[in-house]
Amino acid sequence: MIASQPEKPSLFKRNSKLDARTTDGIFYWSTFAFAALILILVAWLGVQLYAAASPSVKQFGLGFLTSSVWKTSDDPISPDTYGAWPYIYGTLVSSFLALLLAVPIGLGTAIYLAELAPKWLRTPMSFMVELLAAVPSVVYGLWGRLVLIPAIMPLQTWLSEHASSIPVVGRLFSGSATGQSMMAAGLVLAIMVLPFISAVSREVIKAVPPTQREAAFGLGATHWEAIKGPILRSSRSGIIGAIILGLARALGETMAITMVIGNAPSADFSLLSPAATLSSKLAVEFAEASGGQQSALMYLALVLFGITIVVNAFARLLIWNMSRQVKGAVRL
Amino acid sequence: MNPSLPVQTPSVPRVRPLPPMSSSLMAKRKLSDNVMRGLCLLATLIAIIPLFLVLYYVTIQGIKVMSPAFFTEVQRPAGEPGGGFKHAIVGTLMMVGLASCLGLPIGILGGIYLSEFGQNRFGFVVRFATDVLNGIPSIIIGVFVYSIAVLPVSQATRSWEEPITFSAWAGGLALGIMMIPTVMRTTEEIVRLVPHALREGALALGDTRWHSTLKIVLGSAKGGVITGVLLAIARIAGETAPLLFTAADSLYMNLNPSKQTASLPVRIYLSATSPDDHWNALAWGGAFVLVAMILILSLLARYATRTRA
Repeated sequence: MIASQPEKPSLFKRNSKLDARTTDGIFYWSTFAFAALILILVAWLGVQLYAAASPSVKQFGLGFLTSSVWKTSDDPISPDTYGAWPYIYGTLVSSFLALLLAVPIGLGTAIYLAELAPKWLRTPMSFMVELLAAVPSVVYGLWGRLVLIPAIMPLQTWLSEHASSIPVVGRLFSGSATGQSMMAAGLVLAIMVLPFISAVSREVIKAVPPTQREAAFGLGATHWEAIKGPILRSSRSGIIGAIILGLARALGETMAITMVIGNAPSADFSLLSPAATLSSKLAVEFAEASGGQQSALMYLALVLFGITIVVNAFARLLIWNMSRQVKGAVRL
Repeated sequence: MNPSLPVQTPSVPRVRPLPPMSSSLMAKRKLSDNVMRGLCLLATLIAIIPLFLVLYYVTIQGIKVMSPAFFTEVQRPAGEPGGGFKHAIVGTLMMVGLASCLGLPIGILGGIYLSEFGQNRFGFVVRFATDVLNGIPSIIIGVFVYSIAVLPVSQATRSWEEPITFSAWAGGLALGIMMIPTVMRTTEEIVRLVPHALREGALALGDTRWHSTLKIVLGSAKGGVITGVLLAIARIAGETAPLLFTAADSLYMNLNPSKQTASLPVRIYLSATSPDDHWNALAWGGAFVLVAMILILSLLARYATRTRA
């Protein structure tokens, strides 16, 4: 550093102070401009989506959210009707199924990797979990379509033959087994959010100060009691944040679902029949759509945008809250 | 000192002495400890199985179709054997390159702003906006770029052969937008870790702020920034949804960014969903190449961080 000083004689010139001030000003404002670009981009995105959807927003209003007819009429006189409910339903149910499976397993994995696993196993296992979070969704979709669906076909057939006669639960398994179904979507989605949930929860659990753990051991707690008490309690809101971030990913996930869900508006509550989500509907129809149909699809995108923003904001809030708490704990 | 103040004795909380622990209670606690630890191990095993299977199938089925032809030929029509994913690999590289030209300067300079000047309300708002952008589903980025970069262009050109002008420019734009939040936040976090003494030292030697920030601060945070960049590239290389309506797809080799262009993820998607067995096999090959690319990028990213320390 010091040796390189003489190579920059301009720094020692008389008027170098003014130069430095101008160049620093230019530097500051250019970094500022790039940071501000993000704000413009996000605002533009929202406005553009709304503008593109507005014909359809005006035409259908909020009834769009509850209507379940999606019909492009060939007759020019009778208007097209579009409704988002089957797709909203598909998005919510597939994400719920995914969390139902992924949360207990992901949390168990996180606890194991952060607390219980032998030291030599932690680094490679954690790296593997992180790598799997980086595998693109189209690869999970490929695997789900060509490997998982043929593999669960016998189970689906068995469920549709035997479980559909059970009084209440049976509705979930009514109809014939079709392979591409809500069930397949939930499974693939669970596999996809699992590494994410366990990686983030593991970080949160690792952030608990070791004194908490040691204090519990000092009081004679067993390992599980130490985990259940101080460790999980002080990382609770962080873990909930991780779960909600996982939910946000599941809600917006497109490709893997499009490849395994069958892309037909869900007509009944059966897990065995095909369904569609907001994102899969967009992926399948958007490229060929035009006019009113395209505007209705933009409205779908707007709904999805709204849902994910709310869920994400909620998760961030929890995680910020949690990081404040952890700082407090460290100060003690 | 006030002599009337009583001497502080450490206050001992009055705790009812615990009854001597019965051996049955101890056994119960031991049992629940073992059961729960076992369940955590079981959860880990359950988690590993499907994840392992995904990698296993991608490797086994992918290696089957690996051949020079896979990298040197374009895909043939469904039903014909042979052919490869050359056009898709080239398209992905081209669009990732375009995306980097857009995403890296914005991300890195924006990240520098956040760490060096961003301790104010504006910085907070920008941070929030990057989090929002990071959370937006990728397909919505695709819809957005379609409506700003594909639709206006097609309305302007009104070409008869190509009513909708999908292009690699639009695809690169969509991927570039997706890249910004990751690069920006990792740059910010890494640059903030550079000790203040280094900045002050440079300024004390008469260096200008911009020069010291770019040379000294960014220079010493180089490894971390490269890690962030590599991870961002790994992330966008596998994105399918933002490309579906921006770069769309093609069966031909294309080097012109204003034409519609194939990419590995989109080709994997369309080949996997086609009923043709040979196309399905090629999709496994594409997935293998894609995962290998991402694995290499992640390992490089790890290596870059390690050499920094």
